[in-house]
Amino acid sequence: MSSLRSSPWRHALSLTTPVMLGYVPLGIAFGVLCVQMGHAWWLAPLMSVAIYSGASQFLLLSLLAAGASLTEIGVAIFLLSARHLFYGLSLVGRFRGSGARKPYLVYALTDETYSLLSSREETRDPAVAFRISLLNQGWWLLGSLLGALAGSLLSFDSTGMEFALTALFIVLTLELMATVRRVTPFAIGLGCGLGALFLLPQRHMLLAAIGAACLVLLLDYRRRAPRVLEQRP
Amino acid sequence: MSTDTVLVAVAIGALASLASRALPFLALSRHHDHPLLAWLGRYLPAAIMVILVVYSLADLRPLQLHDPKGAPLLLACALVVALHLWRRNVLISIVVGTGAYMAMVQYGT
Repeated sequence: MSSLRSSPWRHALSLTTPVMLGYVPLGIAFGVLCVQMGHAWWLAPLMSVAIYSGASQFLLLSLLAAGASLTEIGVAIFLLSARHLFYGLSLVGRFRGSGARKPYLVYALTDETYSLLSSREETRDPAVAFRISLLNQGWWLLGSLLGALAGSLLSFDSTGMEFALTALFIVLTLELMATVRRVTPFAIGLGCGLGALFLLPQRHMLLAAIGAACLVLLLDYRRRAPRVLEQRP
Repeated sequence: MSTDTVLVAVAIGALASLASRALPFLALSRHHDHPLLAWLGRYLPAAIMVILVVYSLADLRPLQLHDPKGAPLLLACALVVALHLWRRNVLISIVVGTGAYMAMVQYGT
């Protein structure tokens, strides 16, 4: 029965519909911005395959525009993506035994894919997890391709469009505030960010601020969790 | 900026992005229950996101009254925060906020 053969993909399609509604428009915005910043149309879809992380791709556009060094680009994107470390840690056991699909599942682990994989019971089947991951990347790639093509075919005054990046970071901060429920890490970020902004040239500000925030968070950890540390040999 | 420079930057971004996803599976799987990792996992993204907001607003000069971008930036940020607290819709917040900012800097004051 053909309907039986197509049903796993249909099921994955319905699971990823909410992600599609977010990825396609945001991908379009990324594609348009990428072209408006003077890059060739193929750069946006290339980044969506090579990097495949919304916040990192937007950040890379802004680092390129600011003339940041390659070291700064690498470290800033790694630290911004550091949250993936913890997604991976919680899926180490789950992905064991995924066989040939495992490298793709690891590479394609985004915030949204993680939220589906960690919350739905049926995604313990590596075939289901693979279909979800592939469809999600498809939506993101489709959006960035559409945006890049639209951006190079239509000409309009894009002055001010770079604010999309600021808006994205504000929204992600508000989303984190709803889940983290502790003021200290946000205060640490604000203090380190403003400190680095005033003390350092803008090109080096990001790296220094993130490094300082890591250090202060370690001090915070030692102060708040001394008993946990004493238990270590 | 040459195409080669951009391609090298994309390659480095790709490696950094892949490293953040693959490292736990390669190296950290034995330490996945370490409390320090859990601590950083919970709080580091919050600090980094605030830093990124500050970074992306680095052009703002709030003490200069005649900065043409100052008032639109502050208004657009306030709009994004208000919209997001009201509707909790990522896309609406970003698209309406950006549209409002573009309108203000292109047709404004």
